Amino acid sequence: MKPAPFEYFAPTDITEALDLLAHYGDDAKILAGGQSLMPLMNMRLARPRVLLDINRLTELAYISRGPDGALTIGALTRQRAVERASVVQTHLPLLAAVMPSLGHFQIRNRGTIGGSLAHADPAAELPALCLALEAELMLRSAERQRTVKAADFFLTYLTTAIEPDELLVDIRFPAWNPQWRWGFQEVCRRQGDFALVGAVALLHIDDDAICREAHLAMFGVGGTPIRLHRAEALVRGQRLEARGLEEVEQAVAAELQPDTDMHASAEYRQEVGGVIARRALEAALG
Amino acid sequence: MTGQRSIQLRVNGQAYERTVETRQTLADFLREELHLTGTHLGCEHGICGACTILFNGEAVRSCLLLAVQADDAELMTVEGLAQGESLHPLQRAFHAHHALQCGFCTPGFLMTACAFLQEEPHPTEAQVREAISGNICRCTGYAPIVQAILHASRGG
Repeated sequence: MKPAPFEYFAPTDITEALDLLAHYGDDAKILAGGQSLMPLMNMRLARPRVLLDINRLTELAYISRGPDGALTIGALTRQRAVERASVVQTHLPLLAAVMPSLGHFQIRNRGTIGGSLAHADPAAELPALCLALEAELMLRSAERQRTVKAADFFLTYLTTAIEPDELLVDIRFPAWNPQWRWGFQEVCRRQGDFALVGAVALLHIDDDAICREAHLAMFGVGGTPIRLHRAEALVRGQRLEARGLEEVEQAVAAELQPDTDMHASAEYRQEVGGVIARRALEAALG
Repeated sequence: MTGQRSIQLRVNGQAYERTVETRQTLADFLREELHLTGTHLGCEHGICGACTILFNGEAVRSCLLLAVQADDAELMTVEGLAQGESLHPLQRAFHAHHALQCGFCTPGFLMTACAFLQEEPHPTEAQVREAISGNICRCTGYAPIVQAILHASRGG
């Protein structure tokens, strides 16, 4: 098996990459870690006319923490580098903990954080994580640069707000609230495989055991990851206990509108989605 | 319209310089150009793990890389494990524990285990099982594979 013919460019700096994107636009496909694009090209489901290999743009592989505590991660940072970084383990523990679920370690050795987000597989963990953490994605073209909120970034299956002449350059995670408690749950056939359904929950519980803030995001339940705003409203302001979240489970299941595919039926995803969301909240409550 | 590029790389300690078609995968390059046919191709889309090699010391799927991306890289394939007639401790452990039947998946398991043990020299059984979760064996031989890797980690 081999990919269909393409014109190959491996720019060595970002200006060169953006100039090539400006020139080729829609005809060009960006090759980062290649863990999603290469399978598609090997099977000829993707036949880009121009392949723009950005692996030499080492300036896009970094993790930095700003004075405000926000963590900015360059799009070309390998997934393995993210999970191994002590700054991530310390200042964004949820991200470090979820990374091993993205794929098998051989995949994470090559796969990049930006690649997973730009590919926008609805069953992928990172997009939902970015929603829950309210991350911002920085896009650059030869002409301009703009920031898109995670909530506005994922449009539908495998489709994002990235324009044909734009490159995702970094992802900015707001400072981690030390009060956050988190839970992450997913159902998959093998550890490291794509999830059928998953949920990530962030809770801020105050000293009186009242939930002050709640973020609940899910994946594998439609064309994009989603925030469960109604379920969040149900728990906000409430005294939460690990038992007694059945009402939230039902509210989540009622809010979900998943699709059927070869991996699972819509009914399955809806029912399991409620359970998984409840378990993520329970895990956050500890 | 497909182009060609010259690449230089080292595989199992030996330097090579070749001109490759840019669309050739690294796995095909190893097998067809360097005749290192120990790297096996199962699914060719990153699921089965049979084509796992070490790329600058890290385990990767060679079917998901282009040969042109290995310019200046240092690779190790299953042919690089044994020293002459002397098998690598992992190979000896696989032999002793009957950790292969047809052998098709074995190169991928060996290279995965090789990279894993370098990072985690004293793993638990659960860690071994997670490490090999991205490699598929269709003869259903996981238990002996796990035992072999644990055995090798204890000094063979």
